[in-house]
Amino acid sequence: MNGVPLSWYLVLSAILFSLGVAGFLFRRNIITIFMSIELMLNAVNLTFIAFSYDLRQVNGHIFTFFVMVVAAAEAAVGLAIILTVYKNRGTLNADDVNSLRF
Amino acid sequence: MTPFYTATDHLVLLPAIMLAFFGCAILLLDHWAPDIMALFRAANPKDRKWLLPVFVLPGIAFTAYTLWRQQSYLAASGATDIQAFQGSLVIDGFSLFFNWIFLIASLIVAIVSYRYLDIEGEHHGEYYGLILLANSGMFFLAAGSDLVTLFIGLELMALCFYVMVGFLRGDRRSNEAAMKYLILGAFSSGFLLYGFSILYGIGGSTKLAAISEAMAARELDDPVLWLALITTAVGLLFKISAAPFHMWAPDAYEGAPTTVTAYLSVASKAASFAFLLRIFLGPFAASREVWEPILAAIAVLTMTVGNFAAISQTNVKRLLAYSSISHAGYMLLGLVAGNETGLQGISVYILVYTFMNLGAFLVIVALRRGNLIGDEIEDLAGLMRRSPGMAMLMLVFLVSLAGIPPTAGFLGKFYIFLALIETGHYVLAVIATLYVAVAIYYYFRMVRTMFLDPSAEQEPLAGSFGLRLAGVSAGVLTLAIGDYPEPFLRLAQTSILR
Repeated sequence: MNGVPLSWYLVLSAILFSLGVAGFLFRRNIITIFMSIELMLNAVNLTFIAFSYDLRQVNGHIFTFFVMVVAAAEAAVGLAIILTVYKNRGTLNADDVNSLRF
Repeated sequence: MTPFYTATDHLVLLPAIMLAFFGCAILLLDHWAPDIMALFRAANPKDRKWLLPVFVLPGIAFTAYTLWRQQSYLAASGATDIQAFQGSLVIDGFSLFFNWIFLIASLIVAIVSYRYLDIEGEHHGEYYGLILLANSGMFFLAAGSDLVTLFIGLELMALCFYVMVGFLRGDRRSNEAAMKYLILGAFSSGFLLYGFSILYGIGGSTKLAAISEAMAARELDDPVLWLALITTAVGLLFKISAAPFHMWAPDAYEGAPTTVTAYLSVASKAASFAFLLRIFLGPFAASREVWEPILAAIAVLTMTVGNFAAISQTNVKRLLAYSSISHAGYMLLGLVAGNETGLQGISVYILVYTFMNLGAFLVIVALRRGNLIGDEIEDLAGLMRRSPGMAMLMLVFLVSLAGIPPTAGFLGKFYIFLALIETGHYVLAVIATLYVAVAIYYYFRMVRTMFLDPSAEQEPLAGSFGLRLAGVSAGVLTLAIGDYPEPFLRLAQTSILR
């Protein structure tokens, strides 16, 4: 693989994934949380591509396209929902959206 | 070179095609509805009621016919399964059993939503389209045997549910529930996908069969195997709302429109369980030693959280959400036992749970009127005097949820306990039995409110015909499965994943 071993790609994607998880857990703005999830999905894409290149297969590449399509669909639905939340409350802070708690 | 699209492929895919076709047709027709209404000179152009008898019911009927065709084809071939699309989809007793459950749940929810959406003032055609599209996603979850098919099925189902949970656009609680469900659902999908990518790396293929072989060849203390196991399991446990990944469930259940809560708690949970079983009994089967103790601990934690959090709830929907979390714990115990009785027990439990939980939510749907949401426990007060029929139905469902004979809930729990004792998990069996006592407390709190507390209103409930029909059918089935279990047990026997 052009001198760059598979493990480097996997470590990079693991780091990206952890950054996404950390962003999800520690950020309070809903849009930022949503972007962290996209980062997690991109880390997954990198893993798929690295394995697929290493295995000389096309399956992983195709899976990546499915992941991207689903991420786009999720963003469409997600932003629409976030927009209605913003319209009804005027805030995008996750801590302020808390009327469903006992 | 195998042919690209064979007759078998078509037969196997047909239910999903039917559901997606009718789902998309409803979406389009809803868009064109004003023109169609003008064409027929309708008195009320905003009316969308005609979609239900004209498109939804035929769509479900056609899908039922295709499922029945698959079933007879499978029986005639004498094989245990039929592979399609080079092993991406599979028809076996397992997928047929679950697909029937999804279809029945969709039917019941569709006919009940009829009047409920009118009361909420959000009667749009999309709602029915989303139900059918979500159902086609569930089809792929039960019948998929490839990581790509399973992932697409999961997301198709989940995206439809995100929209349905937030269907009451002007309602703050509904928005908030949709947002929490979406964020946590997408987060768990990220974990699941990371697990899938590692599984792909291990197996060198996206086919579950190939991955199973490669996983079996690995050592049990291989860190890569552990990484794949843990990330995939976290994603799956999120979907079935097992503790400690259950936080989304109470919020999503409480905020969603009640009919959607009913659908979410039953169909989505059954589909997620089908998915979980496909993965745990497929690629993960060889590493059972690793995950069995972890899963046992998670099952106990799930029952603890579900049962004890339910005690202090005052909102019926939230209470039923916690109770459905504890039911997921019982179902997981069947997987922990893992023998034939246990797997049969999971199928029986899911079948029974479908009817009793849908039924309990139907009564809550019937309580909705005017300004009253009807989801507080006090709203049940005096139900016995107001509507004896509804009160008796609710009694049957609650007794069944608590697991008391002669109702169906007892049968589900009985098989799980039997499997645990057969496999020597005595401690788990004792813990699970003790939690039944806790469950009886909070279910019977609702029964007491219904029968003993005086009610502010005297007016009987005004349920639509569809709601009464669905409620009575669910009640009769709940009693029938408990009293004449043989045919249902045989059905569950055919659904065991081999």
